Amino acid sequence: MLKYVLHRFMWAIITLWATITITFIIMHSIPGDPFAKEGTMPESVYENLQRHYNLDKPKIVQYFFYLKQVALLDFGPSLKSKTLTVNDYIEKGFPVSFHLGAQAMIIAVFFGLILGVIASLYRKRWPDYTSMIIAIIGISVPSFVLATLLINFLAVKWSFFPVATWKSWSHTVLPSIALAMMPLAYIARLMRTSMIEVLNQDYILTAKAKGLRKNAVIIKHAIRNALMPVVTILGILTANVVTGSFVIEHIFGIPGIGEMFVKGIMNRDYPVILGSTVFYSAILIFLIFIVDVVYTWIDPRIKVTGASK
Amino acid sequence: MGKLLEVKNLRIDFKTYGGEVHAVRGVNFEVKQGETIGIVGESGCGKSVTAKAIMKLLASPPARYKEGSITFNGKNLIEASEREMERIRGNEISMIFQDPMTSLNPTSKVGVQIMESVLKHNQISRKKAYNHALETLQLVGIPQPEKRMEQYPHEFSGGMRQRAMIAMALVCQPKLLIADEPTTALDVTIQAQILELMKDIQKQSETAIILITHDLGVVAEICDRVVVMYAGKVVESGTVLEIFQNPEHPYTKGLLKSVPRFDMDKSVPLSPIIGSPPDLFSPPKGCSFYPRCDYAMKICKDHDPEPEDVGNGQITACWLQHSMAKVMNTHTATNVGGGTKR
Repeated sequence: MLKYVLHRFMWAIITLWATITITFIIMHSIPGDPFAKEGTMPESVYENLQRHYNLDKPKIVQYFFYLKQVALLDFGPSLKSKTLTVNDYIEKGFPVSFHLGAQAMIIAVFFGLILGVIASLYRKRWPDYTSMIIAIIGISVPSFVLATLLINFLAVKWSFFPVATWKSWSHTVLPSIALAMMPLAYIARLMRTSMIEVLNQDYILTAKAKGLRKNAVIIKHAIRNALMPVVTILGILTANVVTGSFVIEHIFGIPGIGEMFVKGIMNRDYPVILGSTVFYSAILIFLIFIVDVVYTWIDPRIKVTGASK
Repeated sequence: MGKLLEVKNLRIDFKTYGGEVHAVRGVNFEVKQGETIGIVGESGCGKSVTAKAIMKLLASPPARYKEGSITFNGKNLIEASEREMERIRGNEISMIFQDPMTSLNPTSKVGVQIMESVLKHNQISRKKAYNHALETLQLVGIPQPEKRMEQYPHEFSGGMRQRAMIAMALVCQPKLLIADEPTTALDVTIQAQILELMKDIQKQSETAIILITHDLGVVAEICDRVVVMYAGKVVESGTVLEIFQNPEHPYTKGLLKSVPRFDMDKSVPLSPIIGSPPDLFSPPKGCSFYPRCDYAMKICKDHDPEPEDVGNGQITACWLQHSMAKVMNTHTATNVGGGTKR
């Protein structure tokens, strides 16, 4: 197991390096630079700023300079904020986004699996159609529309929950629901397909032939085997959700990390762009690793010991 | 020996988008206690559907029990509730499936899968259930049963998996074991072992076996009686000896002729039954074997022959064996026997 973890860690480093390199190249091939817009800035100030942030050096030097910095887990200063570094942004924003994302994922997994299982069991009858309508709405209605509707009804009209901001737990409910809808819908659809496939397997017939009750067959023999594809996308969905959603955070006025991602790109704030990309990749790689470990726990045929390949 | 199972005029349809498939069209047979009967026939003749119907394992819809009765130990299973069936399945009637590779749950330990059945049907502790499962594994000839109990199906070979399946089916000492092509997916040497095992178990436990197969060699090996099915109907049934020595139905004759033999002249090609079975969406009005039959007569086209006892308990559904035909046969034997091939 340790050998496996080390092996995976090595690959994680290589993946991160590739991510940094590609992002660096793309970022610098976009025209414009962080200070270009501020037209009133005197030439000498502009040059000083360029020099201060090493932007006057050749690109290759900047690249290695950045690599060295990242190796020390320092993502550098934000070019737009005079006081905050990228690390500050992450430290402040990530816990909030993570809290929101984790809650949303719990909702999504719980209800997504239930909807998917119900749909598969009542295939082509009304519970199936109802579940799949919910799933289609979840995938096709944009989260800002849903968020607005939630605020309008649950907060403004019936005042069950606060409208916005991030203070007590009740503030977290509406954004969590709004954020959960999309992953919920994906999970429900995938679970339905996977369950239908598993329910047609021979071993389900064997289980029935043993005289097991229908519910016992489903719980003991079907659901666990049907989870595999869901677990596969769970890693990516979770990475997306916990690293913050610009839209949801913006609508509810939540001080998360999602806003940093988007503003960084709009401002050509190079360290913020690179920092958030690296951070996102690291989380994704970590979650995919978790997914692989969970695989071995669900399906005994998969082993992690095969470290060489 | 008492009657254990009696299937009477069983008719099963499947609703599909293309229409209704009449998969089983009036099947009759019975199984006595401790007896082994073989159900043979080519693919799609309704063998497996009949077997699953006895266990009531056909998903309904699309399957529909249209007519007939399945009487097991005096009880009509078609009218039995799902709860009653749960008590019977795995306990009084159990089933072995064709492909041991896919019939075991890959994510659950073999031991657990065997114990499941024991725990379901007996009010006993897990410890006792474990011991019972262990004994059964030993009985079916799996070495190191303690270790095997803790293993997953992928750690078993094909033959071992089928043994585990048999253990699973026998663990509650059922009165009737339905084996749906239990050796089809195995290679020949393993097939022989599994058949040997089933024979042994039968001797020890007095379990009746319904063996579904298309392998006549297997039937000759272990069955007492044979039921030959064609296009959803029983065309002939009788003891193994009668069926193999005096097949009366042309289909049975054809089946036996198409089996390669050791003492056969290698230069003579095998003689298959030409053609293919009828479409069960709209089964023919007359004898379903009529288009492929070497001995077909006018009457066969429009009138379906009723099963008739031809002596020694052998029952054949063929106009040639009909009591009316017997009289005519004496006059026109040559004509019927060879002349009318179309």
